[in-house]
Formats: sequence, structure tokens, C-alpha cells
Amino acid sequence: MNDQLVIAGKSYSSRLLVGTGKYKDFTETRAALDASGAEIVTVAIRRTNLGQNANEPNLLDSVPMSKFTYLPNTAGCYTADDAVRTLRLARELLDGHSLVKLEVLGDPQSLYPNVIETIAAAKTLVAEGFQVMVYTSDDPIVAKQLEDIGCVAIMPLASLIGSGMGILNPWNLQLVMERVKVPVIVDAGVGTASDAAIAMELGCDGVLMNTAIAGAKDPVLMASAMKKGVEAGREAFLAGRMPKKLYSASPSSPTAGIISSTRS
Amino acid sequence: MGNMSKVITVNINGEPRQLSANTTVAALIDEMGLTGKRIALERNGEIVPRSTFVTQRLSAGDKLEIVVAVGGG
Repeated sequence: MNDQLVIAGKSYSSRLLVGTGKYKDFTETRAALDASGAEIVTVAIRRTNLGQNANEPNLLDSVPMSKFTYLPNTAGCYTADDAVRTLRLARELLDGHSLVKLEVLGDPQSLYPNVIETIAAAKTLVAEGFQVMVYTSDDPIVAKQLEDIGCVAIMPLASLIGSGMGILNPWNLQLVMERVKVPVIVDAGVGTASDAAIAMELGCDGVLMNTAIAGAKDPVLMASAMKKGVEAGREAFLAGRMPKKLYSASPSSPTAGIISSTRS
Repeated sequence: MGNMSKVITVNINGEPRQLSANTTVAALIDEMGLTGKRIALERNGEIVPRSTFVTQRLSAGDKLEIVVAVGGG
């Protein structure tokens, strides 16, 4: 089945996007990424540790840019200005790479997006030639505004970052999908494989997750489960589910040819 | 030599650091053991392209951010 996810004109076979944070070590990170089948992986941009041992293992060695599409994020940024500066640094760091994940947070307790700052940052970044995949609330009006600004993917939360609470408001996700033509990728909230499947059955174009895999007891096995959950949900969406009904007047087995009853 | 012996203070990733005046970005990177590492550098809010590391000289009070890619979601 040729069913590709197209973001900013580039095709991807996997609809699962995965973060690279919170793993035990880079070996586990890489094993989980391989099990997930993800092609796009998020990375954070942080100050270099000034006292660092020069031979310390490096993310780029375990997760080479030749094998994965890096999606640098702005995690931890609370203003449009900090987010823009972070992604300018990311573009310089990654040799002009322009596909980025914008997230501007509202407060450290909820990590809920600040959509006012997000919109301001998106305008600047799009004007500077970035291809912006944007983390946002599940507000359909904001989603449409972000698309109109020129964002290449809209990434609403399904529940709070790192909460694992699952798809709390499928109705809003549907409202977002109805209004937006660019890919809609659920970013945040997925806790287990059925959550990923539900997001995909709703018609989302992809799912982005980190903690659901890294926070599992066996992250590599959960990565494999998430791959299957996303694939199963996508196929179910494309197949078109049967309608729900309270009673079935249509048995699955033939009604003719039933042997006669001995009780007359 | 006059000018070369002068010491300036710059701020790197939030910490003060003393350098001899006229130090280039490339010399600083080397002094920090970061030569050849994949890093990006911002000086007073502006990106310093890698290609200009050898020509840009640091000034007293410069605020530098030096970043790398790390695991994140």
C-alpha cells in the first residue's frame, strides 16, 4: 500500500514521529527508534556542557542525520523570541536544515502551549524560510490561523505533554482536521498503543510521542507496539469502519439451512 | 604586543570567562576543546556562521551561547 505522509513536499513511509529524550542511554534510544520505524525524530537544542569530557557519547553518533530526519524543537521556550533564537541556532547547527518543531509553552506545570506567542514565533520563522511543524492546543480556530501563516503541519495535543492520558477530546481533533489541509499530527498525550490507534482512526495524519515509549518499562517493546498501533489505526481509518448500531438485524452467518429443531 | 596582553571578560552560556583581547571565535572554540564538534554559536543574540569563526574577534562584554543537539521530545 502506497500511503505516504507528505510534509513540506517530502514523503515519509512512517506516520509515527518519535522523540529522543528520557532514554537510559543512546543505545536504548537507537534501539527504540529502530523498533518504532520512525523516520522523523525530535531533538532538543541545549547549551554545551562547558566541563564536558570531549569523548562523551553524542546523540549524533547513535542517531545519525544520514538515517533519520532531525526535527529540532523549542522545548522549554516560553517566549516567541527564545523559540526563534533556538531554531536559528538549530538551523546553523544542522547545516541549514529548515524543518523544525515550534513549541512555545505557557507554564511549567501544565506545559500547555501559549498560542499567542506560538503564532508570533510562527510568523517570524515562516518569513525566515523555516518549515514549521507547530505544537498547539486543539483549538480549531488557532489551528487554521497557524496553517494560514504557512506552517507545514499542525500538531495539536491530545492531552498534556508527558501525561499519557490519551485522546481526551476527539471532537476537537476532528474539528481541527476538518479545517486544516496540511497534515495534522497528534503531539503529546498518547500513553499506550490503543491511544495511537484511536488518533489514527480519527483520521490524524500521524502521531508524535516521546514519554509513552521512553517511560514504558520496556521502551523498545513499546516502540514496536506503537508502530503497530499507528499502522492498525491508519489502516482502519482508510478501510472505513462499520457503523455502530445498538442491535444487529444482520447476522454474520446464513439464516437459511439451519437444521430443524427437535422441539416441535 | 600591547593590545594582545589585555584581558577581557565575556559571558559564555551564562558564565563569565576571561580571554585575551582580540581572541577569535575559532581560538575560543579551540581553547574550549570544541573544535570539530557539531556546535552552533550565538553572539549577542545573532548567529555566528561557522564560516566566520576564524575572522570574528570577541569584545569585552560579549554574550555567547554555544549549543549542541541533545535528546528531547
